[in-house]
Amino acid sequence: MLLIPCPWCGDRDETEFSCGGEAHIERPAKPAGMSDDQWADYLFLRSNPKGRHLERWLHSQGCRRWFNVERHTVSHHITAVYEMGKKPPKASKTSKAGK
Amino acid sequence: MTAQDFRIATGGRIDRDQSLRFTFNGKPYTGYAGDSLASALLANGVMMVGRGFKYHRPRGIFSAGAEEPNALIQLAGGAHSEPNLRATQIELYDGLEAASVNCWPSLEFDISSINSLISRVLPSGFYYKTFMWPARLWMTYEHIIRHAAGLGRAPESADPDRYDHRHAHCDVLVAGGGPAGLAAALVAGRAGARVILADEQNEMGGALLGDSVDEKIGGKPAMAWVEAARAELAGLEDVRLLPRATVFGYYDHNHLGIAERVTDHLGPAAPATLPRQRLWKVRANQVVLATGAHERPLVFADNDRPGVMLASAARTYVNRYAVMPGSRAVIVTNNDSAYAVAIDLADVGVAVAAIVDLRLSPTGPLVERVREIGIELLTGWAVVDTHGGHRVEAVDVGQLDDTGQAIVGDVRRIDCDLVCVSGGWSPAVHLMSQSRGSVRFDDERACIVPDKSFQEERSAGACNGAFSLAECLSQGFRSGVEAAKRAGFAKANAPKMPSVAKVETTPLRALWRIPGVGDKARNNKHFVDLQNDVTAADLALAMREGYHSVEHAKRYTTTGMGTDQGKTSNVNALAIIAEITGVEANAVGTTTFRPPYTPVGYGALAGRNAGKLFDPVRMTAMHQLHNQAGAVFEDVGQWKRPYYYPQAGETMAEAVNRECLAVRSSLGIMDATTLGKIDIQGPDACEFLNRVYTNAWDKLAVGRCRYGLMLGDDGMVFDDGVTSHMGDNHYLMTTTTGGAAGVMAWLEEWSQTEWPKLEVYFTSVTTHWAVAAIQGPRARDLLSELCSDIDLERDDFPFMSWREGTVAGIPARVFRVSFSGELAYEINVAASYGAALWQALMTSGAKYDITPYGTEALHVLRAEKGFIVVGHDTDGTVTPGDLGMDWIVSKKKIDFIGKRALSRPDTIRADRKQLVGLLTEDPYEVLPEGSQIVGEVRPEPPMPMIGFVCSSYWSAVLDRSIAMALLVSGHSRHGETVTISLDGRTVNATVTKPVFYDEEGEIIRG
Repeated sequence: MLLIPCPWCGDRDETEFSCGGEAHIERPAKPAGMSDDQWADYLFLRSNPKGRHLERWLHSQGCRRWFNVERHTVSHHITAVYEMGKKPPKASKTSKAGK
Repeated sequence: MTAQDFRIATGGRIDRDQSLRFTFNGKPYTGYAGDSLASALLANGVMMVGRGFKYHRPRGIFSAGAEEPNALIQLAGGAHSEPNLRATQIELYDGLEAASVNCWPSLEFDISSINSLISRVLPSGFYYKTFMWPARLWMTYEHIIRHAAGLGRAPESADPDRYDHRHAHCDVLVAGGGPAGLAAALVAGRAGARVILADEQNEMGGALLGDSVDEKIGGKPAMAWVEAARAELAGLEDVRLLPRATVFGYYDHNHLGIAERVTDHLGPAAPATLPRQRLWKVRANQVVLATGAHERPLVFADNDRPGVMLASAARTYVNRYAVMPGSRAVIVTNNDSAYAVAIDLADVGVAVAAIVDLRLSPTGPLVERVREIGIELLTGWAVVDTHGGHRVEAVDVGQLDDTGQAIVGDVRRIDCDLVCVSGGWSPAVHLMSQSRGSVRFDDERACIVPDKSFQEERSAGACNGAFSLAECLSQGFRSGVEAAKRAGFAKANAPKMPSVAKVETTPLRALWRIPGVGDKARNNKHFVDLQNDVTAADLALAMREGYHSVEHAKRYTTTGMGTDQGKTSNVNALAIIAEITGVEANAVGTTTFRPPYTPVGYGALAGRNAGKLFDPVRMTAMHQLHNQAGAVFEDVGQWKRPYYYPQAGETMAEAVNRECLAVRSSLGIMDATTLGKIDIQGPDACEFLNRVYTNAWDKLAVGRCRYGLMLGDDGMVFDDGVTSHMGDNHYLMTTTTGGAAGVMAWLEEWSQTEWPKLEVYFTSVTTHWAVAAIQGPRARDLLSELCSDIDLERDDFPFMSWREGTVAGIPARVFRVSFSGELAYEINVAASYGAALWQALMTSGAKYDITPYGTEALHVLRAEKGFIVVGHDTDGTVTPGDLGMDWIVSKKKIDFIGKRALSRPDTIRADRKQLVGLLTEDPYEVLPEGSQIVGEVRPEPPMPMIGFVCSSYWSAVLDRSIAMALLVSGHSRHGETVTISLDGRTVNATVTKPVFYDEEGEIIRG
């Protein structure tokens, strides 16, 4: 079970959270102007990297705030947490390696 | 009752003053406090305790610990019964009842042992190969196999015992309380770290518990050092000692599971105040693994007979339990450790017939000592066969050639009733591997050792391949320092190393398959995995058939897949695979170690989350009144909702018909408390609603209500409900009962992640309000009696509006909304007034024959009106258009969640499944929900399916059945006849609009 550092509550067990999938998928400002393929891309297609992944988590059994997490999908090492709307940290050697 | 003929008169860690009675397979015996079930059985001369899994050959007690493959026990009877426990780990208590598993009809006479004679037809991959035979035959074989296979039996009634869960945090978790673990815990504990030391045995000491009393640490008996260490740790405030606690799982981010057997060892005498077991979920900053090592068997012909036992186990039975595991022993070894066993056995009067050492010329003090005692030493020899039935009676020994691949000269027979085997030691790297650390095969020590750590852990002592006591202590101290320092205790340091005798040893001789002679040369009685009956020949067959990957070989032969997870077999199996395929053992790799280290009962895993505490039960403020009215309840999510209120002698159908007719003709009352309610406030509340609902909200005046449909961004209906404008920047949203939490989360997600600049706040107020809905032609009459401060005239308080006032003297919000199609008011009061409101309405409504109705009548009434229930008439693939609800989808709004998807080619297809009504030709035919509508009737399935029935009821007011269905191109089929396929027959129905009652809505607005 992961130990997730909620930016507001500190380290908590994974069971208190729900994962919201890939982060930084911004809803298009003008959906009407998008092709069906572009819309389908926004709706359904997500990256599935082996390694560094930026994803959204919700502290659903705690403060109920959403935030972003930088996690390595193989090692599960969490290398950064940052608030919604903030830019992701630069990919570092350690975050890529997962250590 | 039998005497304990094999009990040694003195010594051991047992209490001879406390005699304990127990039964095994119905026969009574006695043992002493401090015994394990295995040691007590051995004290009574019982060696054979089970049968092999596949061939049902007799099997005996093989080990003295967690690695036991044979002695699986069904403990206790009735609801307390627990299958597949290891006799070696069951502490004896008075009144204990134990039985063998997998024997039928009895241990001594087992009908399936015929399998042993037909083992040629039970090769590895038997199941897979059998599946390839004609499928019809499998059913016959399966019946026979199922009877013979399997281990213990699950208890048939609910577990009456109590189990607890505890969550804990610590700086350093030490797994294992042998010398290495104690040393690590001492160092970390003295430095002030919060330490948890967990050990699976009933006392600390690990392997020292079974060692000779001559073992010394710092010049004193080793167990005195153990006791001093334990006492010091127990006195440290931040150290927690957990005996009888197995660290069974090592998970991500240093999260570990510990199963503590709190009162198992007390049996029926356990105090009711304590749980039977306690599951610890520990988050550790640092971990020290000191889990020891398991001795390995040697793979020779007929090495599975009862009486063949791990050498170290024999020593443990002698030293710890004061039991002679036999009267005449032969020791078979490839290393020095079994020499100490021979010495200790001889010491208590067991005749040691010979030491058969695979090595050519072992030297060292232990070898010298054995020669002094006068035990015959056969070096460069091996056991090539064993004899006996229910217990070994003799072994055949022969001299190995230089390669170890063949026997030279004559074979010699030695009588014995005990064969102590030692094939070297396998570090218990299970937890280290579970933590995703890598392991490697060490050729010099011929075993798997930890390689690189992945998490914050380190291994110390035997589990790290360090088998001497001196190394265990020094690695323990060093690991304790390292762990404490990493956890922030900078001043942690190791004490002066106590003096420990150093013993010179001769390296072991790895010989993975000991040659057999004659028909035993086929290796098909060379058992590798005793629990799953896998032989060296089975492994060879798997290699011949191409299962070279160790993971494939494991699954094909099932080696290492028993409840023991191959603790005594894995290394032998992998080395044999390496030998057969001609690659290095390290290149073969290992199979994955998975939790749990030893089986953990479901009771412990479930803890208190069982029965009534499994899931919360939510009840409304009026629940007791429904109970008194005789309501039958239905679970809706966690809520208990009245389903219907049967009167004396009424069937469910009769009750529901009566309730429905009461609403249509006079007055009904329903508890609507459970509908989700979300209070929405903020300057951008209206804009937010515009974005999450398909319709527009700008023009909704304060005091008015509006129905809204919520979509996902894929355009599919997600929830619906009525939202009311409560005041400036203030709305109250209602959701479906089941969707309340999901809608709340949905709103919060969009607010926080996509539209953080909109200032809007959400509060779940579902349980703040109790809601009584009065429905029917007399609703206004009743309300006017109880409410004087709201103008109830039709034009002053029209349909889809709300007013604040008092009802029966209680402050209330009254909403004129209706899910039944009747004139209706939903009266909301503070939850604590719910029962008072209900009682007042019932009392004053008596003259109108006010009738409480439940969820079934609610469904009938709404279906008569064609109102959908999300999740009943929709399934996540249904758009507003499919429901014929385009009227609620704004054309003017530039955007809302789901809008773009509604113009995708797939969502505008004309042949989508669309909501229709169905009227069966026979009005008394009520279609089962879920029935398939077929495009063409054929004599046999499959038939093309063009839709299905989603809602179907008997309508009392219409005196016929009604149904709603999702039907391909349904909107253009009104008037057509379709066919519904039922079990063995078909039914015709006419497609209609999905509304059957008051289509114009005159009544609802009345």
